Order: sequence, then structure tokens, then C-alpha cells
Amino acid sequence: MSKLEKLEKMLAMGKISRRDFITRVAALGLMVAASPALMPTPAKAATPKKGGRFIIGITGGSTTDSMDPATLTSNMNQNVNWQIRNSLVEIDHEFNAIPELAESWGSTPDAKVWTFKLRKGVEFHNGKTMTAEDVIFSINHHLGEKSKSAAKGYLKSIENIKADGKHEVIFELSGGSADFPFILGDYHLTICPAGTKGPEFEKGIGTGGYILESWEPGVRAFSKRNPNYWKEGRAHFDEIETLSIADTNARTNALKTGQITYMDRVELKTVHLMKRMPGVNVSATTGTAHYTIPMRLDQSPYGDNNVRMALKLAVNRGELVKQILRGYGEPGNDHPIAPVNKYHAKGLEQRKYDPDKAKFYMKKAGMLDHTFNLHAADAAFAGAVDAAVLMKEQAKKAGIKINVVREPDDGYWSNVWMKKEWCMCYWGGRPIEDMMFSVAYSDGAPWNDTLWKNKRFNELLISARAELDTDKRRKLYYDMQEICRNDSGTVVPMYNQMVEASSAKVAHGPISGHMALDGMRNGERWWFA
Amino acid sequence: MDSVFGLVIKRVGLGILTLLAISIIFFMGVEALPGDLAEEILGQNALPETVEAFRKELKLDLPPHERYIAWLGDLIKGDLGNSLANGRPVADLVGWRFANTLFLAISAAAIAVPVAILLGIIAALYRNSLFDRAISMATLSTISFPEFFVAYILIALLSVQMIIFPSISNINDQMSFWQKIHAIVLPCLTLTLVVVAHMMRQTRAAIINILASPFIEMARLKGINRIRVIVLHAFPNALSPVINVIALNLAYLVVGVVIVEVVFVYPGLGQLMVDSVSKRDIPVVQACGLIFASVYIGLNLTADVFSILSNPRMRNPR
Repeated sequence: MSKLEKLEKMLAMGKISRRDFITRVAALGLMVAASPALMPTPAKAATPKKGGRFIIGITGGSTTDSMDPATLTSNMNQNVNWQIRNSLVEIDHEFNAIPELAESWGSTPDAKVWTFKLRKGVEFHNGKTMTAEDVIFSINHHLGEKSKSAAKGYLKSIENIKADGKHEVIFELSGGSADFPFILGDYHLTICPAGTKGPEFEKGIGTGGYILESWEPGVRAFSKRNPNYWKEGRAHFDEIETLSIADTNARTNALKTGQITYMDRVELKTVHLMKRMPGVNVSATTGTAHYTIPMRLDQSPYGDNNVRMALKLAVNRGELVKQILRGYGEPGNDHPIAPVNKYHAKGLEQRKYDPDKAKFYMKKAGMLDHTFNLHAADAAFAGAVDAAVLMKEQAKKAGIKINVVREPDDGYWSNVWMKKEWCMCYWGGRPIEDMMFSVAYSDGAPWNDTLWKNKRFNELLISARAELDTDKRRKLYYDMQEICRNDSGTVVPMYNQMVEASSAKVAHGPISGHMALDGMRNGERWWFA
Repeated sequence: MDSVFGLVIKRVGLGILTLLAISIIFFMGVEALPGDLAEEILGQNALPETVEAFRKELKLDLPPHERYIAWLGDLIKGDLGNSLANGRPVADLVGWRFANTLFLAISAAAIAVPVAILLGIIAALYRNSLFDRAISMATLSTISFPEFFVAYILIALLSVQMIIFPSISNINDQMSFWQKIHAIVLPCLTLTLVVVAHMMRQTRAAIINILASPFIEMARLKGINRIRVIVLHAFPNALSPVINVIALNLAYLVVGVVIVEVVFVYPGLGQLMVDSVSKRDIPVVQACGLIFASVYIGLNLTADVFSILSNPRMRNPR
């Protein structure tokens, strides 16, 4: 009996959990096609039924949106993208990488060369059969000099992509990356037919469970079930209508009057009333999304860790969660690894509000007279200005002076974030530790918004990336979270929950915290009960 | 009639010059805003190199005057260009939205104008009566509330409580004409409530003004009844100021309804312009700006023409 068969049997007999099974199989270095019957999604209601029109009222849509996977910048096109297209890898609600268009994958022991076996017989909506050529085209779309893709940043390690026959793609990386399959689960990296360019992307030809019938950016997308969908037990609705509804009251009224079946971003001020509405279900999911307050370490006095420590200690996180998130969130611990992440350091002490200690550190730095400018706009996150004002009052008790500088919402990300010495910021988070740390905390990363350079941290990051042994990785990531908590330039005050509401007529399995709207895949995963 | 024809020619010429000036102002305005489309679209995800590649692809690296002249050249050839953000032709983005905007504006005007004029005439007829005061108070109240407030009240009453009309008016091609009409009742009512007061008050004031003229006194002395005096003698002479106010309100119904569009999720031109400005999508902003300006200029011209035609003294100047 091979090692894999043994594990499969143990799983079937309930001796190990699914999570254990997956980690152990991954540890074997070959995520092979484990029998899919062993890993059904546990359904909350009875077996899914087919039919109905699912109507999503969603925020973030803009008339400038595009269906080009390189520029999927709003909730709306991200959601539609996964209605109509698939990635190679899917990230499930337990933050595991499970097969999607790739049937199985494996790597060399140093995790530098990855081979993905593609599913056979998958057809695009236009009838073309998906092959390695399409996969290579779709990944290369984000690379190269002319790329304007937001995914370019974390695909940098790819040195070469080549096909081995029609159904195998080999990725050669510049360094070991044990989590590489997760990167391919990113929403930008959906597979389009080779040769698609420019406005052709707007037609939305993909392999997904729904076929795009009409798409008007910032207004409406309409898709119908793909009768030829390859994935079993998914895509239950006959039709999906995705409506851009920016106004919270309009979304709420539309849900109440039955004009939509799903809405994101429930108004936290009135969520208690919404919970009492008959026929409406409210869900609150903790994910990887979190608020951050980065300081630029190249600017005085933030280079001094005493100052950073003082500012971190001067924040009353509990109060922020209570006031700004109305309790729909969890306090942060000054590192970006969320409680739902696999290697979240549970044992690490939660940072508490301690004005005396904050004062002590600030005095040590000799900066009690300094006024700290905190730049804020609600473009960073809803309630950012209020949060800044609250922080100002909290810091006052430690004798620290904060001056809240209100910035315009317009152009916040290009003019304030990473430009001003201390500002409000938001991160959607990443499903895996390596991606999150690499994107925003590693030395030289373009979005390292504090310019933090910790030698030990960066060394650990590289060794953890190539480490395939789970226990060793856990230890490495724990250490990194601790270093980050005590040294980095970012205050992570809280994790915000995703609060969404749906008609009681729809049913679903466990909701993913990976992204909003059930990992942006509610169209595929939900059904009418 | 020659004077009217001459006026139209002159005003159309001036209008074109105005549009040109407006396009320059819009262009400079968007240019003056910090950041450009590449930065705004990529937002927090921007890398210096991806922003650079994006700019190059869209020719945003060229100096502003070159881009403006290129845009103007295309416009003269009748090409509005493509959206910078998603490459769609601007004409496609703007066309159906403008039709939607007009649909809502015309529907609202079809209710608001007759109602306002009728109420204005009745108010003048029963000047200073309880009825006159009640109408004035009611219409002035609705104009004093912010539009979104009126909208929410209507939604709360007619959509949530009584479930007669839908709370969102997201009309689309899959709907029949009557379904569309049903969907836009609430935004239509909101706009009606917002514009009626202005037109009603102007009608009332203009008629009352005319009522003080000697020829009205003459008519009364002849023994004609009051309704006939007001409708046939006073009202035609009061038309000129009323037409001007109607034109102003019609223009408002076309260009000033972005808040109503947002509250009712109505796919009109306003939201397109707001999104395009915030993302610095200049060709789309220009197209919207030109349309709005043309509507203003066109309606003003129409109002002047009708004023002249409705007034014999201006129709036949000596």
C-alpha cells in the first residue's frame, strides 16, 4: 500500500481530519488526485438543488471596471470573474489549495520546479478545449514588460513556464516556494483562451460554471448556467444577475423587498435591526482582511523602535473593535497573519492598551513633545477617520500627541499611502503566510509600506518559503509573527469581519473567509433551498 | 420670423464655441487632479513598472496638449474615442445611458410640468386662500428636503411598507416598456416633488403680475369669469418667464440627478461621469461634459425661441 493510499484510508475511516490529510499529502510533495469522493463539501442544508435566478447586490462596481484578469480591481468584477472562469487551483473555506483546472500537482524536493497536471476535456464557452497553451498564455498575460497586472508582484519568482504535452505545465521558480499552488489560486490568475487580447476579454470567455450573457461595467452583469460545466456539484443557479449597488440603503431595501437575494457590506450601525428582519439571514465571517497603520521607518522619528512600540501600546484595540466595527471584528496583534490562517501564532501574547508602558517607551525615545501626524481618509477603510480620532484620545492618556490630518478620499492610494509618514491603510490579507509577508513586509517588496528591513525576518521568510515540513514551517512562521509584532512599523489594530446578508431562500455550505462573498464564489457554491 | 431664425443661427454658433471652451476646461480640470488613470485603476495594487506600462499603452505619457489635440481631431471626425479604463467605445458607454437619462427626465417632466402649471394657475386663481398657502407650503417643503431624503421616504412608504413599487430601478433590456415604467415610478415621483415647486411658484407669480395689468381689468369689467380671464388672457402673457423656468428645470432633470440615480440604482449618465472623473477617464468625462453642456445650451435656446414665439410683441419687433 502506498503512503497515499494509506492516508486516504485513514481519512475515510475518520482517523485523521481532512485538514491533516491535505497537509500530510502536501508534505509528501505531491498533491495528487486524491479521490474526490473523500472530500465532499459538508453541506449546511440538504443536497443542492438546481434552478432560480440569484441576484447579487454588490459594492465597489465602477463604470471603469474591466473583465481583463490583469485589472480586476473591484468586488464586482472579481465576483463575476469567478462565475465565468476558473483558476488552476481553488482555495477552499479551510484555506487549503484544492484542484480546480489542475487535477494534481507536485514539486521537486526543493520546491523550485512545479508540475501541474491539467484536467482533460474541459471546454471553454466557445467550444475550444482547454490545454497547456491556454494556461501558459493566461499566466504570461500578467508577466513581461508590458504587463499592467496587479498580480505581477507575486509572480516574480517565475523564471520559466513550459508545457509538457497538452496537459502538463511546468513552472520553474527562482527559489523554493512550498505554497506556490496557492499563488495560482489567486483571482487574477483565471484561465482564458490563448490569444485573447484587449476588448475581447470583456466577452468573458472562460471555463466557468456560468456563461456571460451581458456585462455593463459598474451597472450589471448577467450570466447563465453553463450546461457543459465540468465541475460536479457546483453552479446550481439557472442565472446570476450581479448588480452594482453602491448605496447601502438601496442594497438593504432591495434585499428586504426581494429584489436581490444577496448583499455584501451590511451597514454595521443597523445590522441588529437587519437580523430581526424576517426572511433575511445575516452572516459575519472573519477572514484575512485587516486594517493597518503603517509608519515610514525612513522618516524621523519612526526609525526608533521605542517610538513604534510606544505607538503600538497606545492603541486601545478593544475599544476600536467596539466603536468602529461595532463588535464585528477581532483585535489585531501587530502582525498580518489572521486567526484563520493556518500558521497563526495562537500562543503569542495579545498586545494590550498600556498607556504607562507607552509613555515609558516614548520617554525613552525622548519624543514626548513630538506631535505625530496621522493621515486618514475613509478611502482607507470605512471609519478610518473616526478610528484616527479615537486613537488620538487614547494616546493622550499616555502623554503622546497625535494630530489627525484629514486627507481627501480621491487619489488616497497614490498620494497618501506610502507617501505620508503615518497613515491609515487596509489589506485584504492573503490566504497564506508567505504571500502576506512577501507582499508587504519583506525587504525590497514594492508594497512594503513601512520600508521595514529586519535581517532575521527576511532570512526566516526565505527558509520558510522553501520548507515543506509542516512543523518546521509552523515554528518559522511563529517566530516571524513575533518579530513582526515587536519590531515592524505597522500597527495592526484589528481584523474586520465580512458582514453580509442573504435571502433565507438560499442555502450554502460553510462560508469561506478567504475573500468576501464566500471566497468570491457564492455564485458557484450557493443554491436555492 | 427672420429674427428667430437669425437668433438660432447666432446662438448655435456661440454654442459650439462654448462647447469648445467647456471641453478645454474639463480637460484641464481632470489633468489638474492629482494622479492619473493608471494610478487610480491599480490603486493600492500599483507597482511603478505596471503603472508605467499602463501609461504607455494608453499614451498617457504624451504631453497634455498633444493628447487634447488628438482627441479634438477625432471628435471632429465624429469619433468620441475609447474609454481608457476598459477600451470600450465611448459612444457605446454613453449612448444607452443618455437614452436612460432622457427617459427618466421626460417621464418626470411629463408629470411635473402639467402639475406645476395647473397648481400655479389654481394658486393664482385663489390667491391668498387656504388652498394657495397649502400648496405653497407643500411644494416648498419637498424642494427644501434633500433629494435622497425624499427618495428614502417614498421607498419606505411605497416600497417597503406597501410593496407597490420596486425600491431599485435597475432597468435593462430584458424588460418591456411597461415594466420599465413601473420600475421608474419612484425616482420619477422623487424628481417631480423636487422640481414642481420652482415651476409652480413662477407660474403663480407671473400670472399674478399680469393680473395687475389694465387689459385684465378691462376683461373683468367686460364681465368675463375669472377662470377664463386667467387661462385665456393672463396665462398666455405670462408664458415667457414660465418657459424659462421650465427649461431650467428640464436641464436639471437631465444633468443634476446623480444622487437620485445612486439611491435608485438607475443606470444613467450621472454615475458614469462621477466614476470617470474619479478614475480620470478623460474621454468619457469629456463626452459626458459635452452632452450635459449641449443639453443646457439647447434647452436655453429652445426656451428663448419659445418665449419669442409666445409673445406677439417680440415675434414682430418694430
